[in-house]
Amino acid sequence: MPVSKRIEVNDLNVYYGDFLAVEGVSMTIEPRTVTAFIGPSGCGKSTFLRTLNRMHEVIPGAHVRGEVLIDGNDLYGPGVDPVLVRRQVGMVFQRPNPFPTMSIADNVLAGVRLNNRRMPKSDADDLVETSLQGANLWNEVKDRLHLPGSSLSGGQQQRLCIARAIAVSPDVLLMDEPCSALDPISTLAIEDLIEELKQEYTIVIVTHNMQQATRVSDKTAFFNIAGTGKPGKLIEYDTTSTIFTNPNVQATEDYVSGKFG
Amino acid sequence: MSNETISRPGTGRPADATTGKAGGRPADRVFLGLSTGSAALIMVILAAVALFLIIRAAPAIAANWTTDPNLSHGTTAGHADFWSYVLPLIWGTLWSSAIALVIGAPIAIGIALFISHYAPRRLAGILGYLVDLLAAVPSVVFGLWGIFVIRPFLLPAEQWLVQHLGWIPLFEGPQSGTGSTMLAGGIVLAVMILPIVTSISREIFLQTPRLHEEAALALGATRWEMIRYAVFPYARSGWSAPSCSGSAGRSGRPWRWR
Ligand SMILES: Nc1ncnc2c1ncn2[C@@H]1O[C@H](COP(=O)(O)OP(=O)(O)OP(=O)(O)O)[C@@H](O)[C@H]1O
Ligand SMILES: [Mg+2]
Repeated sequence: MPVSKRIEVNDLNVYYGDFLAVEGVSMTIEPRTVTAFIGPSGCGKSTFLRTLNRMHEVIPGAHVRGEVLIDGNDLYGPGVDPVLVRRQVGMVFQRPNPFPTMSIADNVLAGVRLNNRRMPKSDADDLVETSLQGANLWNEVKDRLHLPGSSLSGGQQQRLCIARAIAVSPDVLLMDEPCSALDPISTLAIEDLIEELKQEYTIVIVTHNMQQATRVSDKTAFFNIAGTGKPGKLIEYDTTSTIFTNPNVQATEDYVSGKFG
Repeated sequence: MSNETISRPGTGRPADATTGKAGGRPADRVFLGLSTGSAALIMVILAAVALFLIIRAAPAIAANWTTDPNLSHGTTAGHADFWSYVLPLIWGTLWSSAIALVIGAPIAIGIALFISHYAPRRLAGILGYLVDLLAAVPSVVFGLWGIFVIRPFLLPAEQWLVQHLGWIPLFEGPQSGTGSTMLAGGIVLAVMILPIVTSISREIFLQTPRLHEEAALALGATRWEMIRYAVFPYARSGWSAPSCSGSAGRSGRPWRWR
């Protein structure tokens, strides 16, 4: 059973080389909540999200200054292995990315096999089933677990990616626009899923869909950017109902009511 | 919000595109003809070469080499017919190519992986350049290197193999006194196929979709695990081809200096 954790960010700056992409973000994300990141394109939502599991380090030159604590442990402390961080903080991407040549079952088990754990076959089968059930995909694929991951529809692939992410029992689940490539029905399926996953996981989701933010999230963070080349900033962070009905900052109000720009 | 999108005026682009396409049709046809013609020409030339070789070689293939005055002495002396002369050569080519692949392909793939996924960008550029430079070395240089360096260098090792592992048919004596062995040939060939296999593998590795690499990394894969999960599966269809063509292109040549 995963232990969902509190995330605390203190005055975080994110750079791509010399370019300051995100400036001065501080926020606390409570365990077992869903937090939505909203804001205009290019304001650094993905960039900031990736710093929560050090995925930004995959990009040459990207680095941070500041502090990210997960249950009090500094993510960027000396001797912290980013590989281990990513095993605790899972991520689902904008475009579904199952391993195309691996079977559906192997995709689910991919993360577990990384830990070099030799699992008895029956345990592996159980894990495949519970993970796929957790991702609301089991009934659709239980008869073709041996087929390649690429044989599924886009929405199914995305749920497969979620199953793959939760199979390793992470503490936190990051989702970067997980529904933007999906039809409304798959989107609703994933929103329902997020609602369920919230019982066990701390979830952070980036979305451009205001309705989605209001439907799934407990708290919402609005990011904005003053102009091209300027760093993105966290403008307002509050309960979702406050952000959408009674925000404190004018820019937030303009953005959520569609009067932006 | 959706009303706005719908009422946005059209730009008249589709009509332009249609007329543009209509105007381009004769040019399309000419180009299609040209490129199809060029492709066909390659096939025709290859077929012509094959035909020429077969026709000109037919008398030698058909002849009885023990009685034919042209073939019963000189380098072809002592062979009953064409096949008894040629089969060992074909066998040698295949054998040495296999050795070259076994030795060369893993090294080439290692170098390619280092360049594509481990080395910092500057170093990767320099290394890639060096490997391409290796491809520009004339094959006669490799041949001489094989004769004067690799052969004597391998002699003691081969002696050891025959002495201690001679009971394995592969290493059975008698040992070649000059060192002109399949192993020496295979090693020279391995170095010769290195550049082409490396550079093609590097190109394939670099094309691995970032999406799949990130999928592996986000699951907590180390770099090597990411390569196993994302890069190799993507490259698998591609890399057996460059290894083979690399050795095919090279294997005919070094035998000239034996
Ligand atoms: N790999 C990169 N290298 C350099 N700069 C980058 C890179 N990725 C993003 N940026 C820059 O960082 C800033 C924030 O980008 P980011 O992708 O985080 O925005 P976003 O809020 O996720 O936008 P969107 O809503 O379109 O996904 C942008 O100015 C972008 O140009
Ligand atoms: Mg983004």
